[in-house]
Amino acid sequence: MQPVIELDGLEVRFGQRVILNKLSAALTGVSIGLLGPNGAGKSTLINTLLGFHKPASGTARVLGRDIRTHAREVRGLVGYMPESDSFIAPMSGVRFVRMMAELSGLPREQALERAHEAFFYAGLGEVRYRPLGTYSLGMKQAAKLASAIAHGPKLLFLDEPTNGLDPPARTRMIQLIQDIRDRGDLRLILSSHLLRDVEECCDQVLILKDGNIAAFCNLEEERRANLRFLELETRGANNGNFLAAIDRLGCQTATGAQGRIKLILPDGIEVRQLYEIAAGQDVQIRRLSHKRDSLEDIFLKAMEVPNGRL
Amino acid sequence: MAVYKKTYRPYEGSLTPSWSRLFVITRYAFEDLRRSKFLNTFYSLSFAYPLICALLIYVSHNTSALRVLGAQNAAGIITINLTFFFNLLGWQSMLALFLAAFIGPGQVSPDLANNALSLYLARPFSRVEYVLGKMSVLMVLMSLMTWVPGLMLFGLQAYLEGGGWAQDNARIAWGFFFGSWVWIVLLSLLALALSAWVKWKPAAGALVFGVFFVAAAFGATINGVQRTNWGHLFNIGYLVGSVWVQLMEGATRTTNGAVFFRVPMGEELPIGWCWFGLFLLAAACLYMLAHKIRGAEVVR
Repeated sequence: MQPVIELDGLEVRFGQRVILNKLSAALTGVSIGLLGPNGAGKSTLINTLLGFHKPASGTARVLGRDIRTHAREVRGLVGYMPESDSFIAPMSGVRFVRMMAELSGLPREQALERAHEAFFYAGLGEVRYRPLGTYSLGMKQAAKLASAIAHGPKLLFLDEPTNGLDPPARTRMIQLIQDIRDRGDLRLILSSHLLRDVEECCDQVLILKDGNIAAFCNLEEERRANLRFLELETRGANNGNFLAAIDRLGCQTATGAQGRIKLILPDGIEVRQLYEIAAGQDVQIRRLSHKRDSLEDIFLKAMEVPNGRL
Repeated sequence: MAVYKKTYRPYEGSLTPSWSRLFVITRYAFEDLRRSKFLNTFYSLSFAYPLICALLIYVSHNTSALRVLGAQNAAGIITINLTFFFNLLGWQSMLALFLAAFIGPGQVSPDLANNALSLYLARPFSRVEYVLGKMSVLMVLMSLMTWVPGLMLFGLQAYLEGGGWAQDNARIAWGFFFGSWVWIVLLSLLALALSAWVKWKPAAGALVFGVFFVAAAFGATINGVQRTNWGHLFNIGYLVGSVWVQLMEGATRTTNGAVFFRVPMGEELPIGWCWFGLFLLAAACLYMLAHKIRGAEVVR
């Protein structure tokens, strides 16, 4: 698969301050999360890929185009949803998005049609003629998304898309992002400091800390691995026999308080077999959950790395 | 398919040429300006002086019309010459200053106040194109107020006068054209630069006047205190007026320049310094724009 983004020793400085420190990575996922605490360099990385900041050294390629030599071409391929409020308050939503689509090169009629489509898609169909300044925070975020996708980009940069949203608006935004991701028409780069957003939307994650790459992992693989990691809550007559039986299946186990058991299923063993053994041992499995905190573990481990260096 | 049923789909159609995209900004800005009744009224009234000039040119060549008006001797009083065109240029250029103060601040400051620049510049669209797109709004409107009526009146006079008048006075025509452009470019840059630095529109508008009039007063004070003429370097009106005199008259001066842009006889500065002063002002405006028109703010 062609990398969406290749970072090749990318260094960005603001004056004497190093903001991105010689980053090197090849991001190939369909939906890539940029994770890190505030000030880690996530927005700077996106801004650099968009050509807003000049690299001090190294370079990066977006969909195979070098940002140093093909910046304009790169910007023609991407849609950008910035973190802060970005619009012209007195303009109606659809007029603003139409103007932005025209600036991306769409002819007038197509820009108008796609601005309407993007507004309906983002769930703002009924308010598209209202001035942007009168929108609620959730509507403004959705309008930014509409403006980012109206011209049909190949790659979408989403910078903190759920910032300040209430739970229903956040859910709606995440659903939209997942829908865009699942269509497979375009790739996503989602920058966030919220683990949950990244976990729900991304299949690959790059964790930044102090301008360095602190971790880079494939969430899909992690999820697949975590499917083998189970936590059981049991009630019943003889947990010792039950444990011995599942050990014989080849599982690695560890017991906790109140009948809790953590185990790793070896390949070829199905969850159904655990229930069969439990039934045979007169043990009730009250709860069975897959490991859920994988990204949090990865993130916390990454934050422990000194200077954020991988 | 109804628009509300459509979902996200990539765009595979044709794209407009890159060079044409800066005019998108211009078109949208004109649509916004058209809604202002005050601006429409002001702009319409700004053509009163050229219309009066056209009437004067016509009347001065039409003795029967003068007879009807009972002013047979007026033909001798109305002279269509360099001073006539200087006055036209001065009036219209002063109106252009008012126009720039009214609409200039509304060009860049709303984009900066609303952080919209990152959205403009995240597209295949450069900072230079953004500034040119915004400038072209002012340049089109100011051109229609200055050199366009000026050259039309020159053409009318040449047509009615005949006999090689146009050839004899060709310097007026191209001086008017290039002189207008010097003022238009300078004023557009100044209005946009102030609009980029002062986000509050009324303050930015007031600053456009301030730079013109307060700097002139400052220059006059220097002249008065130091008994020199070099204070004129702070007077934009004087600098532009000097350039106009050079363009329209050449080395042999016969007038004090244009109304509002006077260059009194005996108070001349070397013309190179006048050009240099204007160049410095334009460079300062460009620096201010380059500093402010960015996709992302850099905090060092």
